[in-house]
Amino acid sequence: MLKEIRPAILVLVLLTAITGLAYPLAMTAIAGVIFPKQAQGSLIEKDGKVIGSALIGQEFKEDKYFHGRPSATVAPDPNDSSKTVPAPYNAANSGGSNLGPTSKALNDRVKEDVERLKAENPSAGVPVDLVTTSASGLDPDISPDAALFQVPRVAKARSMSEDVVRELVTQNTQGRFAGVIGEPRVNVLALNLALDAAKAK
Amino acid sequence: MTVIGWIQIILFCAIVIALVKPLGWYMTRVFSGERTFLSPVLRPLERGIYWVGGVDERREQHWLTYTVAMLLFHVGGFALIYGLMRLQAVLPFNPAGQTAVAEDLSFNTAISFITNTNWQNYGGESTLSYLVQMLGLTHQNFLSAATGIALAMALIRGFTRSSMRTVGNFWVDVTRCTLYVLLPICIVYALFLVWQGMPQTLGAYVDAATLEGGKQTIALGPVASQVAIKMLGTNGGGFFNANAAHPFENPTALSNLVQMISIFALGAALTNVFGRMVGNQRQGWAIFAVMGILFVAGVTVTYWAEANGTSALQALGLTGGNMEGKEVRFGVVASSLFAVVTTAASCGAVNAMHDSFTALGGMIPLINMQLGEVIIGGVGAGLYGMLLFVVLAIFVAGLMVGRTPEYVGKKIEAREVKMAMLAILVLPLMYLGWTAVGVVLPSAVASMANAGPHGFTEVLYAYTSGTGNNGSAFAGLTGNTLFYNLTLAMAMFVGRFFMIVPAMAIAGSLVEKKSIPASAGTFPTTGGLFVGLVIGVILIIGGLTFFPALALGPIVEHLAMNANTLF
Repeated sequence: MLKEIRPAILVLVLLTAITGLAYPLAMTAIAGVIFPKQAQGSLIEKDGKVIGSALIGQEFKEDKYFHGRPSATVAPDPNDSSKTVPAPYNAANSGGSNLGPTSKALNDRVKEDVERLKAENPSAGVPVDLVTTSASGLDPDISPDAALFQVPRVAKARSMSEDVVRELVTQNTQGRFAGVIGEPRVNVLALNLALDAAKAK
Repeated sequence: MTVIGWIQIILFCAIVIALVKPLGWYMTRVFSGERTFLSPVLRPLERGIYWVGGVDERREQHWLTYTVAMLLFHVGGFALIYGLMRLQAVLPFNPAGQTAVAEDLSFNTAISFITNTNWQNYGGESTLSYLVQMLGLTHQNFLSAATGIALAMALIRGFTRSSMRTVGNFWVDVTRCTLYVLLPICIVYALFLVWQGMPQTLGAYVDAATLEGGKQTIALGPVASQVAIKMLGTNGGGFFNANAAHPFENPTALSNLVQMISIFALGAALTNVFGRMVGNQRQGWAIFAVMGILFVAGVTVTYWAEANGTSALQALGLTGGNMEGKEVRFGVVASSLFAVVTTAASCGAVNAMHDSFTALGGMIPLINMQLGEVIIGGVGAGLYGMLLFVVLAIFVAGLMVGRTPEYVGKKIEAREVKMAMLAILVLPLMYLGWTAVGVVLPSAVASMANAGPHGFTEVLYAYTSGTGNNGSAFAGLTGNTLFYNLTLAMAMFVGRFFMIVPAMAIAGSLVEKKSIPASAGTFPTTGGLFVGLVIGVILIIGGLTFFPALALGPIVEHLAMNANTLF
């Protein structure tokens, strides 16, 4: 049995060096050459400054922008590091609400959001993804229904016609992969950038 | 439920089934020591490892030596992870300036990764340096997976060899599995993931100035290389806190589909390896059928429950199912499917928060783990877990007809049945026992995020996941406390090694027996009767052990939900 101690150390060290260093470092080098944009996090730059990542949702509160889904991410409380405070779309600490189907806190929060949205647009049913938090808290997408639901508010805030805004939503709607896989969706940041660009024109 | 939803589920199943034979063929060659198309490149590397390690690849080991080698290997792995986490502040590749991880959290994480559990009491992006992610976690993702497959090979050899004393060489099995199976697939797979949008960089976190003038710090890292083996090796420990729900860890619906397939691929193919090695592929397909039937049943329930949503959402006029804790790009169907896949297979990665599933939708993942994760299961672990149930089923069948039971040419006798029972019974002892402690100890109760029966389910899920070496969570539970770090580590340790050692004892006992040819009196183990019998044994043993606990958690919560009771 003592004979097994030597391989237990040396085979471990060699396999660790291969799988824990050589492999990830080689992948980093190769990916950096073939897919440099993705490897760096699909960052979007404007005037030389990073304004976000195409894959990471960010918080939108102003009327003139389409809003993403509620986010349950938190950050350490600056006054007491053992506690946390809400920090929506904190891309350095992903996570969901983890509230269950019989949670009163969840139900109260959803109810409040539904009422607020109903007041904003009484003509359409409230889409479920617009009042539920995502798993990562960083969901970059909303459903096409959730985007269309916000068209009247955005158009009014920007003094644009609803048809123009609706057309932008359609242009930014991505279908299922190969028509089958996944769900149709609208990337909120891309849509809002398109809105800003349309206004600039 | 929608037609397009079911098409996605059927497509997933079809691809997994299509992969069983080719992967099974390739892996059989690898573990039989035959040449493969990768040998010209990898053989010199393999020989180099044996030379440095002092391994004689032709010298095989007795089951006890094999087991000791495996245990020693894990001691080293544990020390490595623990040391790296404690020292990360002074080591390189730490652009975010992470500080040393606390003793109890380091201990929990090290146990978690050597047992192929990958339970996350840490939040990756807020706790760990890139060096720990690569050298500590990525490496153990490979080696704990390779260990699982190696052990399954040893058990298969127990069935296939006649009157021998050795079950293979642990060092050879682990090295060949890592080099010939895991590493080549991961290299291609990781590049695919980067193409889909997954970061792979050693650069620091990026500060973005958002459109509304806020500041957003975006965590990055060498993600793709770790995620590839995390899925393929059914490890499941996320690079980020939100795991495969994080857009960087699962950017698209396509990356999601491929990740689900890769969770099942090797485990499903191992049934074919088993069939090939015992000389009849139909033996492998019979086991695969047992797994497949249980899997489809689970998917149906979870998909149905999540598509229905909760009565609280329905009362507000919200349609479209339960989207709390789910991502838009996956929707209800791909989230439900992922949850069943990841818990059937002992992976534990999540692309939606199980804690926010409906009561019945979240119960299926729990049941999958409580059945011992034999529905495909962890790579290797699923097969040896399933073979333990087969031993019991054959024993029951033998009792019914009054003959000494036999399976693929080996007589199943008292020693095998005792060992199988030991391995199967130690699991509920851990998850039911610790749950009982967790729901009365005040400091443990304080960790629950939800009140009412859901809080109970959080604790039950944690210990079930730990014991089953799954690693998924009802993540509302605050697990990073001294109590949970230590008790969960114990559950993970017992769940892994108290299953492995009896399974290896069975391998050692079987390998010494003579193979007997099938006769007219042999119970056929390739037909529907056998499949039904194994499913029956799994459900009866499972049902008797954990149904009372489920009644206190998800079942009562479902009734409360329908009565519009909130907590």
